[in-house]
Amino acid sequence: MTARTVDAPLVASRTRGSLSRTQGLGLAGVVLGLLTTLLFGLREPSHRTAHLALRATGDTGGVHVPTLVVPVHLTCLILGVLMVLAGLAQATNARRSRLDTLVTAFVLLAFVFAFLAWADSGKSLALNLVDAGNGAMVRAVPLILGALAGIACERSGVINIAIEGQLLVGAFAGAMVASALTKPAATTTSTALWLGVLAAALAGGLLALLLAVFAIRYLVNQVILGVVLNVFALGLTNFLYDRVMSPHADSLNQGVGFPNLKVPGLSEIPILGPILFDGNVFLYLTYGLLIVVHVGLFRTRWGLRVRAVGEHPTAAETVGIKVLATRYRSVILGGLFAGIGGATFTIGAGVEFGKNITSGRGYIALAAVIFGCWKPRGAFFAALIFGAADVLASALGVIGTRVPSDFLAMAPYLVTLFAVAGLIGRVRAPGADGEPYQKS
Amino acid sequence: MAGAPRPATHREPLRETTLKLELRGITKRFGPLVANDHIDLTVSPGEIHGLLGENGAGKSTLMNVLYGLTSPDAGEIVVDGTPRTFHSPSDAIGAGIGMVHQHFMLIPVFTVAENVLLGRESTRAGGFLDRRAARARVRTLSERYGMQVDPDALVENLPVGVQQRVEIIKALLRDADVLILDEPTAVLTPQEIDELIEVMRALREAGKSVVFITHKLKEVRVVADTITVIRRGKVVGRAEPDATEAELASMMVGRSVLLRVEKVPAAPGEVVLDVDRLSVDDASGHRVVDDVSFDIRAGEILAVAGVQGNGQTELTQAILGLCKPVSGAIRLSGRPIGGRSPKQVLRAGVGYVPEDRQHDGLVSSFSVADNLVLDQYDSTPFASGIAFRPSVVREHATRLVEEFDVRTGSVDAPAGTLSGGNQQKVVLARELSRDLKLMVVSQPTRGVDVGSTEAIHRRIVTARDSGVPVLMVSSELDEVMALADRIAVIYRGKIVGILGADASRDELGLMMAGVGEEKARADSEAHPSVMTLVELQHEHAGEEPTP
Repeated sequence: MTARTVDAPLVASRTRGSLSRTQGLGLAGVVLGLLTTLLFGLREPSHRTAHLALRATGDTGGVHVPTLVVPVHLTCLILGVLMVLAGLAQATNARRSRLDTLVTAFVLLAFVFAFLAWADSGKSLALNLVDAGNGAMVRAVPLILGALAGIACERSGVINIAIEGQLLVGAFAGAMVASALTKPAATTTSTALWLGVLAAALAGGLLALLLAVFAIRYLVNQVILGVVLNVFALGLTNFLYDRVMSPHADSLNQGVGFPNLKVPGLSEIPILGPILFDGNVFLYLTYGLLIVVHVGLFRTRWGLRVRAVGEHPTAAETVGIKVLATRYRSVILGGLFAGIGGATFTIGAGVEFGKNITSGRGYIALAAVIFGCWKPRGAFFAALIFGAADVLASALGVIGTRVPSDFLAMAPYLVTLFAVAGLIGRVRAPGADGEPYQKS
Repeated sequence: MAGAPRPATHREPLRETTLKLELRGITKRFGPLVANDHIDLTVSPGEIHGLLGENGAGKSTLMNVLYGLTSPDAGEIVVDGTPRTFHSPSDAIGAGIGMVHQHFMLIPVFTVAENVLLGRESTRAGGFLDRRAARARVRTLSERYGMQVDPDALVENLPVGVQQRVEIIKALLRDADVLILDEPTAVLTPQEIDELIEVMRALREAGKSVVFITHKLKEVRVVADTITVIRRGKVVGRAEPDATEAELASMMVGRSVLLRVEKVPAAPGEVVLDVDRLSVDDASGHRVVDDVSFDIRAGEILAVAGVQGNGQTELTQAILGLCKPVSGAIRLSGRPIGGRSPKQVLRAGVGYVPEDRQHDGLVSSFSVADNLVLDQYDSTPFASGIAFRPSVVREHATRLVEEFDVRTGSVDAPAGTLSGGNQQKVVLARELSRDLKLMVVSQPTRGVDVGSTEAIHRRIVTARDSGVPVLMVSSELDEVMALADRIAVIYRGKIVGILGADASRDELGLMMAGVGEEKARADSEAHPSVMTLVELQHEHAGEEPTP
């Protein structure tokens, strides 16, 4: 660290021949703009239109937002040209500027809009953007909670690959407890559901405790440990599902769930309201936790100490902070978040538990941690992008488009990789992430 | 930035501190090794106590015991007459002891204020950090002791000297009355050392005591009020600051030591290494070696002097082919070697002693014998065809171990079990056992005891005298001045100037801080540093000729 610090003032010219980041972003903008113009715009017959609905399906009251009717040919041409111009402006300006993020955001949004218009072009079915937005939020919820688990854990210096496992045991425990307490069948009470959430959190916490003990006490390699715990969680839930849950499915796996709850007032806001404020308690719980963790990490004594332990445990120890205790607490706290996140798959969605119901979302949450630079706010946006990708793939599958839906499901991740490389640059993990701490 | 600093007395009244610290019979063993053997040490209030000893003499262990990082096997710590037991640093802090570690205990991504207040945060209700109060507290303290620091600066962006001040402020904020500074000057430029000496004196004025741990004789004489010398875990003597360097050195090493390197004037021959407008970037694209040109002739030592991290590492790596230059040429006897692989460069006759011998110079788990052929294991006589010939390797090793006086039980012992000095001798023996056209030596005596330092210096001079040009990189100014025939000063990747061996310490120091050659000469004559002044005094008193 010290050596790096000394090197830092050497910041000088970059190598000739290689592009600055701003220039790279600009070129990407030009390329996307050309794609938009040529693929979406020019090849589209000029009479075709796309219908983009901006009102939630089944929404009758409140402000009436009309469905957008977009002339595809013209729109894509205009957007494409604008993107090329923005990209060029950026590419010719080698220096970093405050506008970079804005310009890049514009380019990306314009591209997505043009793509959607093109995808719906000439179809009889309207593409409902509000439904899609709301779907993205709902799907982002477990990702955000999983990411919060990763952040709490890794900010204290313990790598958490086991998010997937923590989600899975949470999903299982939530479904089982909420169902078991639902008697007679199918008349669930909110007490049962809340106890389900509690059980899910505890299950996630327990798995995290295992992670903590082996990583902190026995210094096991944290990456391997996380993978092993994921496989363990999968095996355990499969076993319990076959032996305990399935034989008594009518009492232990009833598919109970929280009802939807529109926030009065806020959900009436045109377009944004139904996207952000139409969901069950998990959505609102996630908003709350996001804010609490973000503010907690960066504004409070607790956060300062957790981060200190994750960056430089010896330094923290020498000012009297208990490193190991802090790490145990943070890892377990993370487990609680992930457990709750797991519950969204079952009692959050009102569906029965199934084997491997989380199907790898924990790893996506881990990606959100890293893309979000180990910050709750960043992880939120990353999770949202992943959620949107998920929803678009299925929404476009429904209206039937020219692009195979598997390709659609894949593409956003690729785009995200590039976007993150360009927008955020080199991400920096906590200094002591994954390094066990031993007292001399 | 907000919030005018209030008068100092309102917040942290200036205490008349009179903390007396005694260590009695401290003993600490690590297995069979006795790191501290019945050490007694008394630090009186308002004194700067020099703790002098070589690397591995047990200074750091003693201070770790005092700071609660390790517990002693025997002995007691007495504070103001009361015996105390420290289980953790917080106990020691509570008793008024503060420590500035050799490797700073600062979090690079935190601000100065966050680092200083960590563990003692100013908070509002609900545990929210009170940044305004934090800034004010840091300002008050830094102003009282004349240490200018911006509380909002990120620590990673600060020069090492300022980071050290942050550490001192951190200890003062915890009401430290005794400040332990562990090898504080190792990473500083001569001018920063001067500033540190001022700070230490200001602390003494305020009634605090300072324990100054070092192995540098000059500094301890300049600043300490009393000196305790330890060797192999034992206190071997106490001295006053007016003891001569030779006296201190012989106490520290246990025998009389030659402080100067005997050498005849250089007889430079033709140019062997020619570095022409070399530029190197690091992994993140920063220019770390910037348009550097110099040449070295047969039979001379060119030293590259500079504070660590100014591009020396990358410069030697580029010559060895360990990293690829962006532009420029490196020629060995007229033939370009820039951009070649390390193996090709070594085969061309370049010997290399890397700065980090543990990682780059040796394979610690390999035997001494194997380490001695790391660069020739695949060629005759150590290999025949694809087969390795262990008996030849062992013979070779036995001869070299004898010749270079490597202290090891056996040539089969893992290299990692040797002391730092002996490890360095193994590296040197390996490199010098080949026919060399050029020797590149980086930090030849870092972490090496005085006895081995002498031997290593002699070897380097012998190599020079046999006609091998030597490129030596060192951040020890004493070493540079003792060995070099010419001195190139490097600062932020550029060669600031190349001076003759007669350059003054102050001149070099200023250039190491980036001051140009002309100005450095004028300034150093107009304002000699504390260290130079003391040396001059001694010279006039006829006590000791300065090297």
